Amino acid sequence: MVLLKLFYVFFKIGMLGFGGGYAMLSLIQFEVVDHYAWATLGEFSDMLAISQMTPGPVSINTATYVGYAVAGLPGAVVATIALCLPSFLMMYFVVRFLMKNKENRYVRYVLSGLRPVLGGLILAAAMLLMNRENFCDFGWPDRNLSVLIFVASFVALYCFKVNPMWLIVASGVVGALIM
Amino acid sequence: MVPLRDLFTIFLQIGAFTLGGGYAMLAMVERSIVTKKGYIGKEEFWDMIAVVQTLPGVFAINTALYVGYKLRGKRGALCASVGAALPSFIAILLIAAFFAEVKDNELVERIFRGIRPCVVALILVPAVNLIRNNCKGWKMLPIPLISAALIGFFKVSPILIIVVVAVSALLYGIYFSKKMEGR
Repeated sequence: MVLLKLFYVFFKIGMLGFGGGYAMLSLIQFEVVDHYAWATLGEFSDMLAISQMTPGPVSINTATYVGYAVAGLPGAVVATIALCLPSFLMMYFVVRFLMKNKENRYVRYVLSGLRPVLGGLILAAAMLLMNRENFCDFGWPDRNLSVLIFVASFVALYCFKVNPMWLIVASGVVGALIM
Repeated sequence: MVPLRDLFTIFLQIGAFTLGGGYAMLAMVERSIVTKKGYIGKEEFWDMIAVVQTLPGVFAINTALYVGYKLRGKRGALCASVGAALPSFIAILLIAAFFAEVKDNELVERIFRGIRPCVVALILVPAVNLIRNNCKGWKMLPIPLISAALIGFFKVSPILIIVVVAVSALLYGIYFSKKMEGR
């Protein structure tokens, strides 16, 4: 029974969760903490903290963790699949439609309008992350190691096309050694 | 044609290094699918990312599904998305079962203090590249900057912006082509 409930909850979240990971977290919190009381707020924040420091999309991590906490391994499997399932169904139809109608002029109008906006949307995502949490030692004129890591990563990727995976490993090492 | 196994391993790697949400993976997907291997054209890739953004669901999974489907159909979509999701699934299970106290570990906290600013740069670079590529000449530059300001400072929903822009681009296109035909 609890597996069915898990499936229902995370399928719903996968279907309604517009706007990617962080928008989904509030939906997950409402269902898990307030509605079904599967975890207390404190337990849920702990799960979130771990989900954020584990590789992979934050929303999937949280779903796997909640599923595991509620019903063990089967719970983890069910919650993860349920969260991804709406994407499968929706993407299948949308991508097929667009690939078939790439040359359609109405599709072309819409895409050419969206093109200049997309950069702005991603820029906004980067702007929203420029906060205390991501730049923990930000201060002036003290040492600003986090800003230095940010600038160095930007230059390495933008000018020298260094593999992003190496940048993550390198900044993790820098953090471990001197932050 | 891309072997399914390659599709799976590419996304497995990307999934293992995606820290801090789906946007951080864009630079990696672009590098391995568009730039290095040339499986998908640059313009087509970013067009689809614009569409994928408006859809509900996990952004990272949607991106993997699109790339997989585009390259190898249904089976490709399955390989790419399972590859993207598998590292987080395994990592979370291990941590939940054995190392739940990892979040209080001082070394882990230090590593993440170093990684977090790097992730912000990983998101900023594709943004700057896209703005440079799509806004030839200065006239278009206000469009991405105004949308970024609306979202960043005034908390307007990105979905709303995409819908408004899509509808007005459609109407503008129809109006403009009618005018051309009328001549």
